[in-house]
Amino acid sequence: MQIYLPIAEVSVNIFLLLGLGGIVGVLSGMFGVGGGFLMTPLLFFIGIPPAVAVATEANQIVASSFSGVLAHLKRKTVDLRMGTVLLIGGLIGSGLGITLFNYLKALGQVELLVQLCYVVFLGMIGSMMFIESLNAIRRSSKPGGSAPKRRKHNWVHNLPFKMKFRVSGLYISVIPPLMVGVLVGILAAIMGVGGGFIMVPAMIYLLGMPTKVVVGTSLFQIIFVTAFTTMLHATTNFTVDVVLAVLLLVGGVIGAQIGTRIGVKMKAEQLRIWLAIMVLAVCGKLAFDLLVMPAELYSLGTGGHP
Amino acid sequence: MIRLVALLLLLASPAKAEEIVLGLSQDEVAITATFEGSDILIFGAIKRDRPVEVPGDLGVIVTIAGPDESVTVRKKDRRFGIWVNTDSVDVDVAPTFYAVATNRPLEEILTPAEDLNTRISMQRAIRSVGATVDDPQNFTEALIRIRGAQGLYQTIPEGVSVAEEALFRVLIPLPANLTEGDYVAEIYLTRDKQIIDLYTTTIPVKKVGLERWLYNLAHENPFLYGLMSLSIAIAAGWGASAAFSAFRR
Repeated sequence: MQIYLPIAEVSVNIFLLLGLGGIVGVLSGMFGVGGGFLMTPLLFFIGIPPAVAVATEANQIVASSFSGVLAHLKRKTVDLRMGTVLLIGGLIGSGLGITLFNYLKALGQVELLVQLCYVVFLGMIGSMMFIESLNAIRRSSKPGGSAPKRRKHNWVHNLPFKMKFRVSGLYISVIPPLMVGVLVGILAAIMGVGGGFIMVPAMIYLLGMPTKVVVGTSLFQIIFVTAFTTMLHATTNFTVDVVLAVLLLVGGVIGAQIGTRIGVKMKAEQLRIWLAIMVLAVCGKLAFDLLVMPAELYSLGTGGHP
Repeated sequence: MIRLVALLLLLASPAKAEEIVLGLSQDEVAITATFEGSDILIFGAIKRDRPVEVPGDLGVIVTIAGPDESVTVRKKDRRFGIWVNTDSVDVDVAPTFYAVATNRPLEEILTPAEDLNTRISMQRAIRSVGATVDDPQNFTEALIRIRGAQGLYQTIPEGVSVAEEALFRVLIPLPANLTEGDYVAEIYLTRDKQIIDLYTTTIPVKKVGLERWLYNLAHENPFLYGLMSLSIAIAAGWGASAAFSAFRR
C-alpha cells in the first residue's frame, strides 16, 4: 500500500517504512543507540530527499529518546546538571550546524558534507568499539585478567571554570562538556542523528563519567537538541514530514520492545562487537559510494534560488 | 468549373477549416494520502465544416506541462579520489512535469520552425540561458534523463491514436511524485507540418484532505507545525514507555 508523504512529495510503500522503523527499532533496543545514524542513510536509499530525511529523523529521535529517558529518570541515572551543560553547548552547536547546512545546500555540497561526516565518524567510532570489545572478549576469556583503570587525570582536569557534578561524582571544568555539546549539536543538525554514538564514548573516555549515568544523561540532552533542531528545520526549511515521522515511530516503538528483549539475552561484549560491525558496514557502504564512479554523474537540486 | 467552385468555397470558408473538440477523463487530479499516480485520458474529435479538400498529413500533438520551476543540475567529478559536485548549470525554466504525445514521430508532423515557436518538443520546453560551462547540452540532457527515469518527463511518439481522421485519444500516465499546481494541456492539430488549431485547457493538480492541511500548516504556520510534530513525538515516546512498563509487569 502506497502512501503519499505531503512534505517529501513522494509516494512510498507504507510497509517499507514500518519495516524500516521496526528493524532500526530492534537494533536501537538491542544496542541502546538512537539509530539515527542508520535510519537517515536508509531513508536516502529509498528516495526520501536528504533535507527531509535529516529533518524528519531529528523529530523521530525526540520520540525514542523521550521514551528512553523516562525509564532512566525512574532509576535516577540522569545527571541533570551535566545534561544542562551539555545542552547549552548542544543548542549553540545546533544553530551553527543549521547555518552550515543551509549554506552548503546553496552551494550544492550538502550531500558531500553529510556523507563525509558519516564516513569519518562512523569509521572512527566503529573501529574504536571493535578493537575495544575484541580486547574485552579476550580479557574475559583469560581468568585473572583485571579491568583497566579508567579514571585518569588528564588535561581535562586542568581547565578553569570548575563545577561540581554530584550525580556523576565529578569536579571538572565546564569547558569540555560544553565543547562535547557543541560538537554533538552540529552533528545533530547536519547528519540528522541524536549523536549518542559520539557523546557516549566522549562522556566515558573524555569526561570520565560513570557508565551508569552516561546513557540517561545523553538521552536527556538529545531530546532537547533534536527538538530544537526539528523546530529550526521546520521553520527555516519546511522539511519536517510528520506523516513520515509517525510511520517510522510506530515501527520503531514496536521494534525497540523486541530489541530490548533480544539484548537482554546477549552478552555485552558480543552486543558491542555486532554493533561495531554494523557501524563499520554502513561506513563502508557510504565510503564505497564516494570512491566508485557513480552510475549517474548528474544530479538535480532545487538550489539556485534557495 | 468544379475547380472554380472549390476555390470559391475555400475563399468563403472561415479561417479554421478544422477545429478540436475535447474531452478529459478528469477535470482535476486530487493528491490524497494514498495517491499512487493516475492516468489521464484525453480524447476528442476534429470538427469540420466540410470534407477536407487538401488531405495533407494529419498530426495530433498532446502536451501536458506542470508548473515551471528553476532547477540546478550538478555534475560530479573526481577530486582527491572522491566524487564531488563540481560544475553546475541553473536551468531557468523547467516544467516539473512534461509529457508530449503524438500520433506519429514529432519531426514528421511539425516543422522545426514551428517547434521553436511553440516549444513543443522536450528539448525546447526546457530553457537555460547564461550557462557558464562548456557543455550545457549535456546538463539539459541529464535533466531530461533523470526526470524521465522518474516518469516526470515523457515523450510518447505514436501515443495518440487517431481513428477515421476524426477521433483521437491518448492516455498519459501521471506518476505519484507530482508537484502541485495548474497543469496545462495543449492539443495541437497540424496539417503538412503546420499548426492549424490549438486547444488549451488547465488541469489543476492539488493535494486534498489531510495532505492539503499538513502542507499548508507546514508552510503558513511553520512554528505551530513544528510544535505539533514535537508533541506527537513526545506523546508517542511517553506512550511507548508507558505501554512498555505495563507490558513488563
